[in-house]
Amino acid sequence: MPDGVAIIGVGFTSLQPSTPHLSFKELMFEAAQKAYLDAGVQPNEIDSFVTCAEDFNEGLSIFDEYTPDQLGAVQKPMHTLTQDGLHGIADALMQIRSGIAELVVVEAHSKASNVKTPEWLLDYALDPIYNRPLGFNPHAVAGLEMNVFLHETGIRAEHCAQVAAKNRRNALRNPVAAYPLALTPMHVESSPYVAYPLREAEIAERADGCVVVVLANEARAQRSQSKAAWICGVGFANDSATLESRDWVRAEYVRIAAERAYRQAAIQNPREIRLFEVDDTYAYKELQHLIALGLYSEGAEAGRSLEAGETKPDGKIPVNVSGGALGMGLPLEASGLYRVVELVLQLRGQAGARQLPDIRLGLAQSWRGVPTTSGAVVILGTERPQ
Amino acid sequence: MKPEPKLVRGTPLDEKALKRGKTFSVTYEPRLRYGWDTGQAISRYLAELKEGRLIARSCRKCERVMIPPRMFCERCFRPTDEWVYVKDTGKIFTFSLCYVSWDVRRLKQPEIPAVIEIDGASPGMGILHVVKKIAPGKVRIGMAVRAVWRPKAKRIGSVTDIAYWQPIKN
Ligand SMILES: [Zn+2]
Repeated sequence: MPDGVAIIGVGFTSLQPSTPHLSFKELMFEAAQKAYLDAGVQPNEIDSFVTCAEDFNEGLSIFDEYTPDQLGAVQKPMHTLTQDGLHGIADALMQIRSGIAELVVVEAHSKASNVKTPEWLLDYALDPIYNRPLGFNPHAVAGLEMNVFLHETGIRAEHCAQVAAKNRRNALRNPVAAYPLALTPMHVESSPYVAYPLREAEIAERADGCVVVVLANEARAQRSQSKAAWICGVGFANDSATLESRDWVRAEYVRIAAERAYRQAAIQNPREIRLFEVDDTYAYKELQHLIALGLYSEGAEAGRSLEAGETKPDGKIPVNVSGGALGMGLPLEASGLYRVVELVLQLRGQAGARQLPDIRLGLAQSWRGVPTTSGAVVILGTERPQ
Repeated sequence: MKPEPKLVRGTPLDEKALKRGKTFSVTYEPRLRYGWDTGQAISRYLAELKEGRLIARSCRKCERVMIPPRMFCERCFRPTDEWVYVKDTGKIFTFSLCYVSWDVRRLKQPEIPAVIEIDGASPGMGILHVVKKIAPGKVRIGMAVRAVWRPKAKRIGSVTDIAYWQPIKN
């Protein structure tokens, strides 16, 4: 068994539709201060820094250059991944396991409100020759995927509406959520279509925020002041970029990432885990991702279990008890790290009004949004994996 | 003996062929727009520029006076402590004579970008700006300069509220 690696500190800002009172640097500084305080570390002890950001989201090229000051990373090893924060966790894990670092910090943030043309930014992600000239709104890619997903799995539109209502409602118990609402599936089903069969209320709204996570090697984690959340497994994968010929029905990127994470965590049956924080950028994605995580053998079962309340906070496998991206807001590259924050709080017993009883293992999963097939899975536990 | 170079058959392309659309290429014009939040430090800095003043932030621990101001000290990793007005004079820390414009036109008279160490701020604390009203050959590192402000009515809360810097005549 390789050396254990654990999360010993988290710092995060509350998610908000806009944050004009803070520059992105000030936002990051707030989260970093909180994380170092939580971990009980001084920034000069930190060996290496990983930030996760996409230049186009920032409006700054080579964004790596703008991150050291506010993290305490000046004249230190640091780099930026153009990926979700969960990939950053994998990066930090590898740095610690390879023995080059004892303490590594992972940061991701969103200043989504500063992008005044989000649809054009998404358009920029489409294939410039085959897809962009057609001029569709990029949410159409999700509409296309959802349509064939429902058709092939037997999951119905009202199931997706139930997901949206559940997550918005869960967010009522999360003080850092940007979009809590006592929503009913009926409200969701009466919201207008953005790209049939996808409705407006099934699309996560963007939010600003920042998360900083402190990871430590085993020796450091054993004497940590806060309760360590041990990394039991990590995986990441991509499918094909080609819209026209990739797997639209199954989220293969999640299945492969999860298989790797389960193997590392020695998990035979995913139902050993009782807490799931999964990507729900679009409501149907939560169901698609749960199937890919191996929780349901086929679509109809996922639909039935949802109806029976299995994924509600008091169900057998609570999913997105934090509110997910639908309830908390979609913080771009920080999405995966907000999922990790929820796991850490639940494992520590610090999740306040939404605390679940007796949580020993949790799984976080990310997706980078349309038109990508980039996903990652992280499994955390209260015990150092054996 | 050297082997004979093989002739490769192909279609030579010249600029005319490209212009006449004899080749395939796809063009796209990005329509991205951003509105960056200036937050606390930059907002105050810009508001003061509009009033014709330069403001800095001080860190009690390392005792530096930092301009442009920031709410945290990157060396001490702690919040900075106080707002401090500094002078609109300084010294040229470094400069260049730039004979190419931003859109790559050759310039007869060079532009003079310079980092100016501000009087009242800590050594090594400066702002990047532009020097004018001096023959390019006469600019020197260490030269004393002062800000020339735009008329008050024309200031918008931007670094360009200072029109340029010019030498202080002794
Ligand atoms: Zn200082």
